[in-house]
Amino acid sequence: MKHEIFEKNAILLMVAVLVTVSIGGLVQIVPLYTMEQTIEKVEGMRPYSPLELMGRNIYLREGCYTCHSQMIRPLRDEHERYGHYSLAAESMYDRPFLWGSKRTGPDLARVGGKYSNTWHVAHLVNPRSVVPESVMPPYAFLRKKELAFEDIQDHLRTLELLGDPYTADMVTNAKDDLVSQSNEDLGDPEALLGRYPKAKVGDFDGDPKRITELDALIAYLQMLGTLVDFTTFKPDVNAR
Amino acid sequence: MATHEKDALTGTETTGHEWDGIKELNTPLPRWWLWTFWGSVIWAMGYFIAYPAWPTLSGYTKGVLGYNSRLELGKELEAVKQSRSVWLDKFEKMSVAEVAADQELLTYAMAGGKVIFGDNCAPCHGASGSGNSGYPVLADDDWLWGGTVDDIAQTIRFGIRTDHADTRSNVMPPFVKDELITVEQADQIAGYVMSLSGQGTVPEGDTALFVEHCASCHGQDGKGLSDMGGPNLTDGIWLYGGSKEAVLSQIKAPKSGVMPVWTGRLSDVEIKQVSVYVHSLGGGK
Repeated sequence: MKHEIFEKNAILLMVAVLVTVSIGGLVQIVPLYTMEQTIEKVEGMRPYSPLELMGRNIYLREGCYTCHSQMIRPLRDEHERYGHYSLAAESMYDRPFLWGSKRTGPDLARVGGKYSNTWHVAHLVNPRSVVPESVMPPYAFLRKKELAFEDIQDHLRTLELLGDPYTADMVTNAKDDLVSQSNEDLGDPEALLGRYPKAKVGDFDGDPKRITELDALIAYLQMLGTLVDFTTFKPDVNAR
Repeated sequence: MATHEKDALTGTETTGHEWDGIKELNTPLPRWWLWTFWGSVIWAMGYFIAYPAWPTLSGYTKGVLGYNSRLELGKELEAVKQSRSVWLDKFEKMSVAEVAADQELLTYAMAGGKVIFGDNCAPCHGASGSGNSGYPVLADDDWLWGGTVDDIAQTIRFGIRTDHADTRSNVMPPFVKDELITVEQADQIAGYVMSLSGQGTVPEGDTALFVEHCASCHGQDGKGLSDMGGPNLTDGIWLYGGSKEAVLSQIKAPKSGVMPVWTGRLSDVEIKQVSVYVHSLGGGK
């Protein structure tokens, strides 16, 4: 019985435990210091606009990630169905990332712009109304629930603290930006687009009178995978 | 101190521990398990050498085979392109109409178009173009924006009511809300529109009302103007329902759909393929 050596020497046992745990720790910690090389240099990535961020929170809350991945792998069939493979840079402002690990429904990494807002409303209210074979549960209640965004500035500040490049300007105007993205007739969409290029502006849920959770969720879905400018992306340089 | 001894019944050594007269056999691991275990360890070492494995401070170990999934994909896609080059080249050079006229290319286009349609178009337009409320049926000969293969390609490329500069776009005004007509007039027009597809009789004097407010997009005879995207109102095919209530609601506060831009998401060749496929579904013109 060789482990008798450890069982009889407490100091030796402690040292051995330390070594074993350190290996496990290093495997998780070392890659964090190589982020700079892991994340590709791309053009177009920006932090989430306030409305998109709230939509992302709803996506998390409802557990959409349990059935939908946001990770297109570099495989031919995925490339043909979903588009360009996902880049590390595309989840650089995701805390936590929503790559998912299971596809009961399709991958959503590039769903932005693929369907109209009206389609998303119909589909989220009753998925079977547009996709008869769907097994997705209905999320009709999102249309009735007003979006709670009193604390939107705090959301932005928190992410800023963690290193997302939100500017003071963005934090100050967070509420206005949220409102103007959900209704082009309110607020100043131009200013919003200046702060958050490529943001989709409009009345997402078809009810211009209220800002609902459905507005936020669709705003989030409509921007997924649309930010990176792939015309300037060089696959050879970024082969990793 | 533990004492090792052989169990008389099984012939296996004990661990030497004893609890109230109960001893534990020290049965060795099965041979097959042990070999698999050591085999896996050796395999892992080989893998570490051959493939990308360890993170380092300035990247990661590349492995002697130089495998890279992103580059592999690039090579594979290039190979696919090469193997299809016989007809891909023709697709790129020819217009959609020319593709549709060439029997051999048509076969290729149909096969690819079907797959592309299933992945991208079916969620709104239904499997094989059967349509949904608010999303036109593509398997009939009623076309909002024209049914030639070029018209279809144009619609797919730039979408409908999108923010693309070349998008197809029109707006049906909310006639009652904007006080262009009264509620009574809306009701009269709805009755007239119903009569156009043979439901009910034409009330006297309503033709003038229709011509005044509707004809600029839907045509004098209500047969639609595809240049304007004005639907044909005489064929009994309805985008938002064909009951009088549905027609009335469309006059009072019209709904209008959005079709996304597909340029950028689909390649030029893919758009040509799916255009030919859609054209073939029902009554392409």
